[in-house]
Amino acid sequence: MTAVLSCAGLHRNFGAVRAVDGVDLALPAGARHALIGPNGAGKSTLFRLLAGGLSPSAGQIWLDGGDVTRTSEARRARLGIGQTFQHSSLFLSMTAGENVGLAAQRLLRRPWSPLPVARRELSERVDALLVDVGLGGRGSAPVAALSHGERRQLEIAVALATRPRVLLLDEPAAGLSPAETERLTHMVQRLPGDVTLLFVEHDLDLVFRLATRVTVMHLGRVLMTGSPEEVRVSPAVQEAYLGTGRRQDLFISSPAAG
Amino acid sequence: MSLAARARWPALALLAALALAAAPLLLGPFAVTTLTRILVFALLALSLDLLVGITGLPSLGHGAYFGVGAYAAGWVAIHATPSGPVTLAVAIAAGGLVAAAAGSVAVRARGVFFLMLTLAIGEIVEQLAESWHSVTGGSNGLYGIPAARLGGAALIDDALYWYVLAVFIAGFAVVACVAASPFGHTLRGIRDNEPRMRALGYRVYHFKLAAFVGSGALAGLAGGLFAAQQRLVTPADLGLATSIPALLAVTIGGEGSLWGPCLGAAAVVLIRDYLGSSLGGHGSLVLGLLFVVVVFALPGGLARVGLARRRGPA
Repeated sequence: MTAVLSCAGLHRNFGAVRAVDGVDLALPAGARHALIGPNGAGKSTLFRLLAGGLSPSAGQIWLDGGDVTRTSEARRARLGIGQTFQHSSLFLSMTAGENVGLAAQRLLRRPWSPLPVARRELSERVDALLVDVGLGGRGSAPVAALSHGERRQLEIAVALATRPRVLLLDEPAAGLSPAETERLTHMVQRLPGDVTLLFVEHDLDLVFRLATRVTVMHLGRVLMTGSPEEVRVSPAVQEAYLGTGRRQDLFISSPAAG
Repeated sequence: MSLAARARWPALALLAALALAAAPLLLGPFAVTTLTRILVFALLALSLDLLVGITGLPSLGHGAYFGVGAYAAGWVAIHATPSGPVTLAVAIAAGGLVAAAAGSVAVRARGVFFLMLTLAIGEIVEQLAESWHSVTGGSNGLYGIPAARLGGAALIDDALYWYVLAVFIAGFAVVACVAASPFGHTLRGIRDNEPRMRALGYRVYHFKLAAFVGSGALAGLAGGLFAAQQRLVTPADLGLATSIPALLAVTIGGEGSLWGPCLGAAAVVLIRDYLGSSLGGHGSLVLGLLFVVVVFALPGGLARVGLARRRGPA
């Protein structure tokens, strides 16, 4: 199999609730794969299982063909999985630049250095990442002084600073203004082609612009995986989102097929 | 911190060091002894700040590493050599080793569980000191510790003060360096958001253990100075009677600021040992009240007062 990240028969129960109920997924290198579904479908739980923040009740996960089901989250990160979270997860006492620097310094192999070493290499990398996500010149701003949109952008810069080969973005556009969403779109489109992207998103316009494959989840299961067009016209998907009878309302704002 | 403030602080530190070095020329012997005690306790508070303020691990058992360092230095001074550097090296090693053993268990826990584990380990070490008569002298303590010697001279009075001051400054410089280093940055990341650090690929356990051991070694160093100054070490010196005032000093002074806990240490020593006796032994009461006032009126401790003034109203 050529999949970079894949899982089979993945289950995760919370008591009697089957949050993730037998999910199979395979992401080839360079994929732009979206995960959509109603609230409570199990998308964020699946993310945490893949990244290692949660252990599955059953099933297996492979990264580059190696079984990582029992591998710690930190080790998976070192193997190349980067992630952002649905809820803001930054270092609140630090500046934007320090947040990115903390992620970047692990790769520069110096997090153990007890000496205040010259940081030119690090600060150049931090500045470049901040510019990439649209936060150029905001490096010295404390996190507390950043707007919601800027914090979301910073989250992505922090995730990118670890040079991930697989990037998991959990609702990156949640709460963003249209202009910020536009910038996010361009940034994701500029990601290196060998970076594999899996993202959860409720903004279906964004999903159809960015994703080449879409997986729809419902009640912990995969309802379908297909091209954006296949998903758009699937009656099963429309039913899961809205119930029957109103299928023409779904995706009404998305651009016409073609 | 603004650029101006950043440029100013080495100058301020140098000024403070010079003032402290000149103190014996201006002050009487009693004041010099008090300052010596303050510096020893400030080094302990500083070591605890590395753990509490920088790494976010509040410990109620830090007296254990301080006391182990003091016992080790005292024992070596009595049975082997009173050489200052040798006793201090042994104190650092002893504090670090015990901290490594305790930390390998304690840093697996978080929050209140970590706090209770450090408390329990501290109590165990105190009990050991009470019962291991042949080495520690039991509840009588380890007495008859000879004066530390440096270059053939016995370190007493002013010489002892300068010796303690030199070690304190070296300890402060090391902690300041570590705090400003990538390692210190990593520790602050763990303090702020440990799950995120894991998700970024950091081996959080190893970093926390390293911080715990470094902090314990530095507390051991403070204990080594304590043995040279008091010439007597008792089980109380490694129990709560040391651990709680140390944590108070860090909190009153301002966690994570390094110099704040040193000021806090001065406040604790002055109130508990000197003001307290003139208040009919109510020093602990005054300390308790000061703690309450700081928690409510000065969140961030004494260190924040200076910073807030410098920054102006936010």
